[in-house]
This record gives sequence, C-alpha cells and structure tokens, in this order.
Amino acid sequence: MFESFDLSLVDWSRAQFALTAVYHWLFVPLTLGLSFIIAIMETIYVRTGNEEWKRMTKFWMTLFGINFAIGVATGLILEFEFGTNWSNYSWFVGDIFGAPLAIEGILAFFLESTFVAVMFFGWEKISKRAHLISTWLVAIGANLSALWILVANAWMQNPVGMVFNPETARNEMISFWEVLFNEVAVSKFLHTISSGFLLGSMFVVGISAYYLLKNREILLAKRSILIAGIFGLLSSLLVIYTGDISARTLAKAQPMKFAAFEALYEGKERAGLVAVGVLRESDRKIGDKAVNDFVFRIEIPGFLSVMTGGSPETFVPGISDLVNGNPERGLLSVSEKMERGRIARDLLIEYKEARKINDTEIAESIAATFRDRKFNEEFFRYFGYASIDKPEEVIPGVKVSFYTFHVMVMLGFLFILIFSLALLFLFRGTLRKNKWFLWIALFSILLPYVASELGWVLAEMGRQPWIIQDLMPVTTAVTHVSTGSVITTFILFAVLFTILLIAEVSIMIRQIKIGPKN
Amino acid sequence: MISHMFLQAYWWIIISLLAGLLVFLMFVQGGQSMIFSLPKTELQKAMLVNAMGRKWGFTFTTLVTFGGAFFASFPLFYSVSFGGAYWMWIAILFSFIIQAVAYEYRSKPSNVLGQKTFDTFLFINGSLGPFLIGTVVGTFFTGSQFSLNELNQVKWGTPWHGLEALLNVRNLALGLAVLFLARTNGLLYLMNTVDDDDLFERSRRKLSMDSISFLVFFLFFVIVLLLSEGFAYDRATGTVSMEKFKYLHNLLQMPLVMVIFLAGVISVLYGIGAALFKAKRSAIWYTGAGTILAVMALFFIAGFNGTAFYPSVSDPGSSLTIDKASSSFFTLKTMMYVSFFVPFVIAYIWYAWKAINRKKITGDEIMKGRHLY
Repeated sequence: MFESFDLSLVDWSRAQFALTAVYHWLFVPLTLGLSFIIAIMETIYVRTGNEEWKRMTKFWMTLFGINFAIGVATGLILEFEFGTNWSNYSWFVGDIFGAPLAIEGILAFFLESTFVAVMFFGWEKISKRAHLISTWLVAIGANLSALWILVANAWMQNPVGMVFNPETARNEMISFWEVLFNEVAVSKFLHTISSGFLLGSMFVVGISAYYLLKNREILLAKRSILIAGIFGLLSSLLVIYTGDISARTLAKAQPMKFAAFEALYEGKERAGLVAVGVLRESDRKIGDKAVNDFVFRIEIPGFLSVMTGGSPETFVPGISDLVNGNPERGLLSVSEKMERGRIARDLLIEYKEARKINDTEIAESIAATFRDRKFNEEFFRYFGYASIDKPEEVIPGVKVSFYTFHVMVMLGFLFILIFSLALLFLFRGTLRKNKWFLWIALFSILLPYVASELGWVLAEMGRQPWIIQDLMPVTTAVTHVSTGSVITTFILFAVLFTILLIAEVSIMIRQIKIGPKN
Repeated sequence: MISHMFLQAYWWIIISLLAGLLVFLMFVQGGQSMIFSLPKTELQKAMLVNAMGRKWGFTFTTLVTFGGAFFASFPLFYSVSFGGAYWMWIAILFSFIIQAVAYEYRSKPSNVLGQKTFDTFLFINGSLGPFLIGTVVGTFFTGSQFSLNELNQVKWGTPWHGLEALLNVRNLALGLAVLFLARTNGLLYLMNTVDDDDLFERSRRKLSMDSISFLVFFLFFVIVLLLSEGFAYDRATGTVSMEKFKYLHNLLQMPLVMVIFLAGVISVLYGIGAALFKAKRSAIWYTGAGTILAVMALFFIAGFNGTAFYPSVSDPGSSLTIDKASSSFFTLKTMMYVSFFVPFVIAYIWYAWKAINRKKITGDEIMKGRHLY
C-alpha cells in the first residue's frame, strides 16, 4: 500500500520540477518589481503631463512585455506539474493545496493578464486615468499571484490548518485562515516580493547606467535611476528585514533546514552566526553521512542565538541534536519520530482492513483517533517518518544549504551599497564621471537573479527529503510513470526553455540597444 | 442548509462554465491554425495575428484557472488524469507554452528563431491545442484504463499514458469537432473585428468548409454518444456499472440540461447561418454563447444524474464521480465564497475587452504600428 518509488524516477521528477521552476523564476521577479516601477513612472506622467515620463513608461513597458510573455509560458507547466509528476502528493494534500492555486487563477492571474492587455493596447483608447489604474492593477495582480503561490509553497514547508481523513486517505482543510496566515507564508511572501522589487530596480538602474555610458538618453536614464534607486534601496532594506523574519520562523518550523544552512552540528546557547566560511567533509559521521567541518570561518558571536530567540541565551539545536534527539531540550530523535510515524501509518492500515471486512465500529473509532488533537500532535505529525529508512536521511545537503544561504545574504548587503552609491552619485551630479560605477551597475543586473534563485535552492533543497515537512517525503509523492518518460520530458523542457531563454535575452538586448521610441 | 452534495454540484457547474469559456475562447487557436492558409498578403496576416494576439491571454488564463479550479474542487481528477494521461497533458501544455511567447516575439528584431518559426508555433498550438483538449474530454465519456488503490493513488493501465485516447474514434471525433468549432469561431471573430473587405470575404468563403466539418464530427459524436452505454454511478452503494443509453437518459431525465444543450446548438447554428448567408458581423456572439452553453451541457451530461465523469474501463469501481473525486465540504465551501468574485472578474474582463475592441483593426493601424505583434 505504501510504495516508495524507484530513486531514479524520484530524482528525475525532482530534476524536472527544479528545471521548470528555476526557469520560471528567471522571469517572475522582474515582473513583480518592474510592474511597480512602471506604475510609479506613469503616475508621475499623469500628474505632471510631461511627455518624457510617458516615453519612459512606454520604454520600460516594452521590456516588461518581453519578459512577461516568457514568464507566463514557463509558469503554465508549474500549474499542472503537481498533477503530472507528483500525483500522489496531489491527492494527499489536494484538498488544501489546490485552493490557493485556484484562487491565484480566479483572483490574481485574471486581473494581471486582463489589465496587461489594457496596458499595452489601451493607450489612446481609454482615458489617461483609466490607463493608469490598469497599470497599477497589473502590478497588484502580479504580486497577488505571487501571494497565493507562496501560500501554497509555505504550506508544504509548514503544514497547518488541516486534519487527516483515513477514509479518503488525504489531509483535509479545517481552517483557511491558518493556511493563509501561516507564519511561513507571511514572511515568505514579504521576502519574495521585496526581492522582486529589488531585482526590478537593479534591472532599471543597470540599463540606465548603460545609456549613460553610451551618452544616450541622459534624461531618461537619470530619472529612471532616481525612481529605481529609491525603490531599490527601500526594497533592499526590506529584503534584509524580511529575510531576518524568515530565518526566525524557519528556526521554529524547519529547525533542520536552519541548522543546515549554518552547518551547525552541535546545538548550543550563544551560537554564533557564520558570516563567511568554508566547509570540508570530516571523518566523523552521522549514520552514513559525513559531518562537515569549517576549514575557516568568521563568526559574529552569539548572533545566531539572538536571531533565533531574541537573546544570546537561546539554545539553537544542531543537526546532531535533531537526528539523535536531545531530551534535555525536549527534542525527539529521528528514530523516535520514525516509530511514531509508523504507529500512525499502521493505524491507517488497520482502518483500511476494518473497512474491508465492514467492521464499522473499529473503523469509526480509528477515524475518531485521527481527528484527536493529541494524536495529531504526538503521532500523525510524524506520518512521513514512516517512510524513512535511516535517521540520517532527514539531513539535507549541508554544503548546498550553507553556501546558497551565505552567498544570498552577502549579495543582499551588497545591493544596499549599490543602490546607495547610485543615489549618492545622482544627487551629487557625478554619475557620468564615475564610469567605473556605471559599469558595475550594468553588470550587477545579474546579481539579484543569482541571489533570488539561490533563495529558492535553499528553500527547496534545504527541506529535503520532504515534499511536505514531516508528512510526506518526495519518495512517496511522485507519479507512477516510467523514468524514461520523465527523462524525455525533462530533455524536452530543457531544450525548449533554453531556446526560448536565448531568444528572450537576444530580443531584450536588441530592444535596449534600440532604446525608447520618439 | 448547504450540503456537501450541493457544493459538489455547484463546483461541477463552475468547472463546466470554465470549460465552456475555454472552448469559446479557443477561437484564438482556431484563428492561429489558419495563419498559413487564410491571409493572402503579409498585411492580412498581420491583421489576423494582431486580432488574435490581443485575446490570447484570456484563453491562456482561462486554461490556467480551469486547471487550478479543477485541482481545488476535484483533486482526485487532477491527480488521476494529469498523472495518468501524462503524455496527453504534456503535449497540450507544450503547445500552449510555445504559444505564449510566439505573439510577443514573432516580429521583434533579433528573435533568434525567426518569424516563420514563431508563426509555426502559433499554427501548432492552434491546431493541436483544441484537438487534443477535445480528445481528452472525449475520454470523459469513453473512459480510460486506470485503477486506484486504497490510498486513491493511480496506476495507469497502458504504457502510452494518455496517448491511447487517440486510438478511439469517438475521442477523435470530439477532438476534431472542437478544432473545427474553434476555427469557425476564429473566422467569425475575424469577420467581426477586422475592418478589411478582402479578409472578410476570404473568411466567409472558408467558413463553409470549417463549419460543415464541425457539424459532421459533432453530430457523429453526439449521435454515437446518445446511443452508447454509459457509466452509471449509484451513490448509495458507491458502485459504477454500465447502463445502456445512459447519456440519452441523462438528457431526458434532466430537461433543463436538454434545453441548455439545444439552445447552445441552435445558437451555434444560427450564428454560422447568419454569417454564411447574411454576412452578419455579429455572428460570433451567437456561436460564442452557443458554444459555452453546449459545452456546459456536455459536462452536465458527463457528471450529473449519477454518472461517472472520468470513467475507468479497466476497473469501473475506480471511476471518478463528482461525489468521490471532490474536495471536502470545508474546502468546497471556502472555495464557494471565492467563486462569488467570479461575476466581478467577468465584469472587468468585459470592460477590458470593450476598451481594446473599441476600434476595429485596420490595415492603417497595423502600418502605423504602435504595440504590434
């Protein structure tokens, strides 16, 4: 009844999801950020009636359109991929997970795509004010889309608001608000959209820097840097702030991911935050997984404890504590969780047996147990551990988590510097003299993309082996198709998306070189 | 009191409505499928592409919402069909992915692949999209080979993972009917929205072939459907069995559905006739509304009156019904509140549609080239 699938099928299904998601995410943040920047520019145009602002708005809108099309194209597959490649998952949690996806379509995506059409084709057909509202609605719609998708993702990281129904063999929603206001969802949403604002701002600043380097479109470039510089600086501060909140919620909801991205093996009070570090596999092992040691690190003493619990005395559990348990700190070992998960699973099997022989009384009493709060807190929440064979399986890739996290954070601070410098030079009127900075700004366009993708790599790889934290490992979630089919579709998507990406970048660069129309 | 049964029916109606809207909006695909055959000049081609290009987003969004709404309201269908008929759905998705970029990129300089390739993307999506979607919907009546275990996990019965649906004549007939309906609607939409006499006449001439093809395949499908066995579901015992003339019975036992169905078909026929014989520009609204109604009625026949809407021929007990495949009471109720926003959504779509279509597309506008595809 409980089947773990062939690992190569699981790996290829994951690879395909990762591939499509990474591609999709190359385009989404720019939509999130640029849409607001355009809306701000158009607002200034409508307020002042200055045609130059309209010309700017239209120029950035052209680039927005090129990016938007491929964002939509790559997003389609994600909407359906839970079904095509993760069908067991889709049933197990569809009662909860489907809702945000549907709401995204009904309440957000329609708003976005309808008004995108008005935004592009409505000039001269509707009033200035109506057009401006349409542009704002695009920005709002795009960010609302992100909200619902992130609510769905956050639920996988921190499943709340549901109860398991043994009859249907799935989790069923009992509180919509708990799902929506899931702590992880709130911080994830704010962190993600602010990173999109940041990326959009860097895009605008970088391309404007290019014009300044080429001595073209000076006014447009300076005004764009003004808008995007301020918006970017505020966003980058918000990114740091929301990142901090995210880390704190993570420490509670996914302590293993938290420990992994700091490569913290032994839990402690006054735990330091590693600012920079290099890892190396040591001879020590947890199960059959090697422990990573620091070859070198710079640490901010006590800061990790402060980040986690607000005080240096806060105990931060390490990977060993989480695997082997730490009774003093009230941490269960993974083997204990495996035990409890199996009890929950056996109870489900018992239920199915009772149903088969039509023993309603036993079936009813088991069903009641599954609704019982205490049973849920003590047993069912570890349901996924029943499919874990060895305790060390629950340790995610420590190196991947560590490096993605630290590079992302370093970049995050760098962005504050770049936006600050851009504004400083702009206000002093020395932007064009400081060519070195303009070059840096131009090439910095790529950095937020790196940071943003790393954020997702951390979020998704850092929670392995779970597709739903503690409830379902990826190995039991996949669709029963042949590995060959998934390899084939993986290759198809890889080839198609790569070709489309090349076309997109080529068109984008050409449009930037052509510049705004007169 | 709102019951679980009521909510299941309510959501099946919403799904049917979305399906109806999707098939109507596939006039965009229909138009695309004629990109190489209908226009005589480059200018006409540009007019065709721009007429469709201003609407493609609606179709696409409806498809996404259809997927999302199906997931939220009938998650078992989502996991069984998408996971099981893997290749079929992947093919459909592929054809829509290449569409989404084609409009925006086809006429942009340095687009790497060249306009011809992007136009071919539009043609592929225009032909395959409606045809494959129609074929899949055919399996709602003809069934697939799958079984579910105690945990409701699906095992598909053929290694073709969905492509086997192409071997069934009835599925093919519905697929072709949807394709030719999309083309018919595409032509009518062009006649409505493009101000070009020559293109108008060419569309009208093409209309006779496409609408007759549609009628042939559609009538074939409907007649065979009404004469065939169907998958009857007994809610009390939870069993699925074969019933002779099941779909005919559904029509007769649900007079309202019969009325909707006939109204839809008549409206489509009237639109086609008005365009063919009276050169009526507004014909698209009759065929469009008729399309929505007829598709909705087909979905009602598939899912209501104790019918399995996604039957399994190899293991009838595993067949999906709106009762068995639905979300929980709580989720359906929550989603019902969300659905109250739908009229609001339709209202702003209506506004946007009118705003963009205020002026007809002319050669002049295309030559001036503001935001063009």
